[in-house]
Amino acid sequence: MRFLFKTSYDQDLGLFRDLVQRNWYVALLAGLLVLPRLVPEYVVDLSLVFIYGLCGLSLMVLAGYTGLVSLGHAAFLGVGAYAHVFFTQTLGLPWLAAVALAAALTAAAGVLVGLPALRMTGVYLTIATLAFALIIQEVFARWEHVTGGLKGRAVDKPVVFGVPLGGDVAFYFLCLAVLAGAVWLTANLLRSPTGRAWVAIRDSEIAAQSMGVNLALYKTMAFGYSAALMGVAGALFAHKIGFLAPDIFSVLLSIQLLLMVVVGGLGSLHGALFGAVFVALLPVAISQARDAVPTWIGRIGALLGKGAGDAAFTVTDRFVKQPGLEPGIFGLILVLFILFEPLGIYGRWLKLKLYFSMFPLYKQATFRRQKAYMRSERLR
Amino acid sequence: MDIVLQLVLNGLAVGCIYGLVALGFVLIYKATELVNFAQGDFMMLGAFSCYMFVVWYGLGYWVAFALAIAIVGAFGAALDATVLRRVLGQPQFAVVMLTIGLGAMFRSFASITWGSEIYTLPTPFSAKASRVGGVSVSHEYVSIIVGTVVLCAALYVFFTHTRVGVAMQAASQNQLAAYYMGIPVKRMFSLIWAISAGVAAVAGVLLAPVSLIDINLGFIGLKAFAAAVLGGFGSIPGALVGGITIGLIELLSGAYLPHGFKDVAAYVVLLLVLAVRPQGIFGTVGRKKV
Repeated sequence: MRFLFKTSYDQDLGLFRDLVQRNWYVALLAGLLVLPRLVPEYVVDLSLVFIYGLCGLSLMVLAGYTGLVSLGHAAFLGVGAYAHVFFTQTLGLPWLAAVALAAALTAAAGVLVGLPALRMTGVYLTIATLAFALIIQEVFARWEHVTGGLKGRAVDKPVVFGVPLGGDVAFYFLCLAVLAGAVWLTANLLRSPTGRAWVAIRDSEIAAQSMGVNLALYKTMAFGYSAALMGVAGALFAHKIGFLAPDIFSVLLSIQLLLMVVVGGLGSLHGALFGAVFVALLPVAISQARDAVPTWIGRIGALLGKGAGDAAFTVTDRFVKQPGLEPGIFGLILVLFILFEPLGIYGRWLKLKLYFSMFPLYKQATFRRQKAYMRSERLR
Repeated sequence: MDIVLQLVLNGLAVGCIYGLVALGFVLIYKATELVNFAQGDFMMLGAFSCYMFVVWYGLGYWVAFALAIAIVGAFGAALDATVLRRVLGQPQFAVVMLTIGLGAMFRSFASITWGSEIYTLPTPFSAKASRVGGVSVSHEYVSIIVGTVVLCAALYVFFTHTRVGVAMQAASQNQLAAYYMGIPVKRMFSLIWAISAGVAAVAGVLLAPVSLIDINLGFIGLKAFAAAVLGGFGSIPGALVGGITIGLIELLSGAYLPHGFKDVAAYVVLLLVLAVRPQGIFGTVGRKKV
């Protein structure tokens, strides 16, 4: 086990823990830069991972760091996407200006939602954001001359500073650059007084208030920042899917975004990115499993005899080809994570690391969940 | 005038459904402080199981109704005993995500078991109407209102006049004290889940002839949230009053406001209530003061 000997406060404030960690991140970035050459067939999926990563960062700031759970983030994504398309295609603004304006507009929407949210706690806020998302979705469907209504609206390929970035690889690098910038910005924000105030609000509003944290200001800021990130993600998402329709930005997408931060691990930026990888690649994995699983089951069945193998294959095949199966699998994963690994993938990663660094001395109790039976959200 | 009366009647009926689903939320919330986002999906399961008994197995409507309530209620209790009890005392967020995940699983289960088509449930009230003073009163809507009234009366008697009901009230007011008094709190919670799921199943079966049965029936649960919040989360009469208010607002705004308002009216009301009076009409949940 390696001990870090800290000699100055700057080390505590630094972006990286030590040089080793920094070198790992540099290596990761280098790896991502050459990745399109290594796996050209997955470049399209990877740019989606980066866009989901942005969404994950946004929701992580709000849900994971400030403790405000929003079920309406798909609406912010939609506002960003539609605003970006409106600014670039209807008004003909340059790409970067359009993204900035879309982010600003989404941030304004976020603050608008955040203001009434100041009076609410816990599940009320979740319900309010859900209501907001449903209203916004209706607005997308009705406000036809901006959004194209239910018919939808086609999105052009991105052109940044006159350079067309429509190709898969070019778009991959665009998304990577935006994500890297957003991660850097968010990480910096989180180690600033603002980030500490957010964490304090998450852990105890009363304690934060007593320490002089302006709850209204910081909660609104969290909403605004989170929504702005979502707006940027929305702009990229619009280019990614190439066609906007109101039913894309449904409650189900909001749930999927929340699933991302829960599965990744609440309260860590790593978690947001792990979750993004998981959520973006899960449909790919499911569709591959749909083809593979019946064959395996058929082979296992064939051990009992030819007829049993064929029957097992047919039954499983019919089962896995059901269209309604996928949301159920998402739900199951969510339930299993909440029950058995509430710290998410990042928590599992920490446990693994600790296990190996303390090798024979690791004990499970280090991470035991703390129950809080006596804490009540009700007023006594 | 007749049109207004007609709308009010239909609004009352739809509102009763919202009220019943909201009642389910409130029962669980009062007892365990869990917010069950899968309540609407219990309703969907209830409607589907009743449909299955009536159409697939050819049972009578009332038998199927009773079986559907029993099955969904038992399922609710089993769910509490196996899954939800593990998250008691965890942050509320975990519970919200857990029930959302469970809801997705229920929808998936329904789509695999019963198919993703849209079904109609034949009932003794289907497509019958009487005229009362110039207003055409459809029996389906009347059945919803009567069913709600009967159910609420039964629940009222149960919670105030039976031993188990009073024990449940005690358990929901103070778990620890109830436990010391010898009340089996865990069993009470399971029973409350069963009742809540059963109420949702009743709502589903009553709604089935009016709306059609499909796997997305559960999204009515979102509007029932508006009802529960309007009434003050945690107040049983509030849930019903809130539900009926939301139902009336929805139908009247559908008739008198521009197209599109009907679908969002409930949510607009919800946001207004949360912004202006977060504790709702009959609110018992206040802001924590330092």
